[in-house]
Amino acid sequence: MAMDESVRKAVLSAVPSLRAFAISLCGNVDRADDLVQETLLRALANIDSFQPGTNMSAWLFTILRNHFRSEYRKRRREVEDSDGHHAESLKSQPDQYGHVEFREFREALAQLPSDQREALILVGASGFSYEEAAGICGCAVGTIKSRVNRARTRLAELLHVNSAEDFGPDETTRAVLASGE
Amino acid sequence: MEAAATRNKRTNSKPAKLGRDVQARLGQQLRAMYDEVVNQGVPDRFSELINRLNGNEKKDDH
Repeated sequence: MAMDESVRKAVLSAVPSLRAFAISLCGNVDRADDLVQETLLRALANIDSFQPGTNMSAWLFTILRNHFRSEYRKRRREVEDSDGHHAESLKSQPDQYGHVEFREFREALAQLPSDQREALILVGASGFSYEEAAGICGCAVGTIKSRVNRARTRLAELLHVNSAEDFGPDETTRAVLASGE
Repeated sequence: MEAAATRNKRTNSKPAKLGRDVQARLGQQLRAMYDEVVNQGVPDRFSELINRLNGNEKKDDH
């Protein structure tokens, strides 16, 4: 049975955000793209279990996240302290993302516990509601909220920001500020 | 991005828990970082994969 055209389009349009999420989870573009590929294969093999009318993007994120988690657990047996490993892999590949301007931010993000990091990304960057993020992570809405709060607080600590003025002379921030003021 | 910039005009900061301004700025950096990848669009490898699977739906050995 061929895929419905609207379904195909929905899958395709979710890919860019899915990649961004995957990169933020594993900190490595190549591995992230493999993760996206495996996610798409799984999703398309099980496309019949997708309920039309529901959020395709959330469905794909859930598959990717679960797949990453099971992979992550496997690797964890091989490499102890996986979060530290994530941070290290960022440091050894500073240009993985193409731009170095977000480097400090990425390194701080990489130091967050993985459950906080994913909650923050889903809500703060992917644009999911707390409810959708809870669905994706398979936890309560309140849990997502507290993870996001803890993630923000920890990030501010890691970046040594107490007020907006403390944001360093980051080019992007400066440019945005200049245009906004 | 513009909405974020407008939001950041209000930088009457209070070093409280996590001021709105700090939250806004963190959120803005997070989105900028994320959007850098989103703006790369769909790499050929994925559009080809989706199209190929769509065309080959007949042979489903898995």
